[in-house]
Amino acid sequence: MTSKLPEAEELLPRLAAELRPRVTPATAMIGLHTGGAWVAERLHPMLGLKDPLGLMDIAFYRDDYAKEGLKHDPKKTRIPFEVEGRDLLLVDDVLYTGRTVRAAMNELFDYGRPRSIALVVLADRGGRQLPIEAQHVGARVEVPKDKRLRLKRADNGRLRLELEDAG
Amino acid sequence: MLANPQLNANGELQHLLSIEGLPREILLQILGTAESFVGVTEREVKKVPLMRGKSVFNLFFEASTRTRTTFEIAAKRLSADVINLNIAASSQSKGESLLDTVANLSAMQADVFIVRHASSGAPYLIARHVKPHEHVINAGDGRHAHPTQGLLDLYTIRHYKKEFTGLTVAIVGDVLHSRVARSLIHGLTTLGAPEVRVIGPQTLLPAGVEALGVRVFHDMRAGLAGCDVVVMLRLQNERMNGPLLPSAQEFFKSYGLTAEKLALAKPDAIVMHPGPMNRGVEIDSPVADGPHSVILPQVTFGIAVRMAVMSIVAGN
Repeated sequence: MTSKLPEAEELLPRLAAELRPRVTPATAMIGLHTGGAWVAERLHPMLGLKDPLGLMDIAFYRDDYAKEGLKHDPKKTRIPFEVEGRDLLLVDDVLYTGRTVRAAMNELFDYGRPRSIALVVLADRGGRQLPIEAQHVGARVEVPKDKRLRLKRADNGRLRLELEDAG
Repeated sequence: MLANPQLNANGELQHLLSIEGLPREILLQILGTAESFVGVTEREVKKVPLMRGKSVFNLFFEASTRTRTTFEIAAKRLSADVINLNIAASSQSKGESLLDTVANLSAMQADVFIVRHASSGAPYLIARHVKPHEHVINAGDGRHAHPTQGLLDLYTIRHYKKEFTGLTVAIVGDVLHSRVARSLIHGLTTLGAPEVRVIGPQTLLPAGVEALGVRVFHDMRAGLAGCDVVVMLRLQNERMNGPLLPSAQEFFKSYGLTAEKLALAKPDAIVMHPGPMNRGVEIDSPVADGPHSVILPQVTFGIAVRMAVMSIVAGN
């Protein structure tokens, strides 16, 4: 497949423009480590949300622990606002099987009962294994099965989507 | 060279038996993972589903309510099922051998064994005989090691002092009978603490302790000078009035930590103690309850450190 990858930097302002009309005083944002956190760190100031950004690492909620174990140091989940009753924007970089989002929602409910959760992703590559969809998608990208779509962050903070061999 | 019995073929932590011989990367992995679990234990729901369906057996061949409880809390916060066996009062007293006991428990589908035993090396023996998917965590064996206590001490030091390079750490008291001291010394040297001191009377320091890379002091005032961290060890009641020590009062005079002696350490020094404390024997109450004391935070961090160890070994 030769389809060109979209420019992450161009997708960010478009996503922010799409999100702006739904922002209310009850809206708060949570980014998923690591790529989703990068996207959220960029979107958060564009939307002028009053609460600081929440960051989540779903390592303790994964469904492949029995097979994969706990390989990397998980980052600390920090949600610096009350989740109860909020309208949450859950941000990830690439939506694929849906398992990360499943784990993230489980973790979120251990913090409280949000009024709503909307999923925001920079790229949707299809291939869902769970009944999960994103409400806001930067771009839909076709990716060969043997490739992985990854978000990279340069030293200057610029974000870029890349294809890697799935290993 | 003998393979490290704690690591699997990929060099990952399979059992936690001792801090000795663990590479720096694994120590850092445990401390890093524990930091994330501290976040979990501060939430309203203090539980994650990571070890749902796994069985953790607490095998305490020697009574220790406190250590057993911290492992139990850690396992429950990981959603594991915990089975507490006070073996001191059961089969062993009927004459069953250690390995028979473990084989029987293993037949009940265990995933993790937490072992406390009065004999040094007992957890190693068990680790050699369990099935590949079973994991052993040493919760204290004889005078040999108490690695999770050592790890929580390391965690506490890193929490307050950020890094180990540049630190002077003093370990004070009954080093001879302390498994905590050995575990901590190995951890500190592996993580690069430049100066570890042991302070105590000749009779309570192991012969040749210098070989572990520590500086020996018999005068507590000289030993405390300029320290960043002071770790007090428990003087076990049964040692008092024995041949090694004249009396508890005498010991307190020479090696008890008072505010006046602590003033010789750095102004921002922290004071640690593995508990349970003997107030007025190894530590004076105003110090134990004072602003330098981090003894209660140690207990809190201990849960997160045990969650980290359990979830890392059970996943490998």
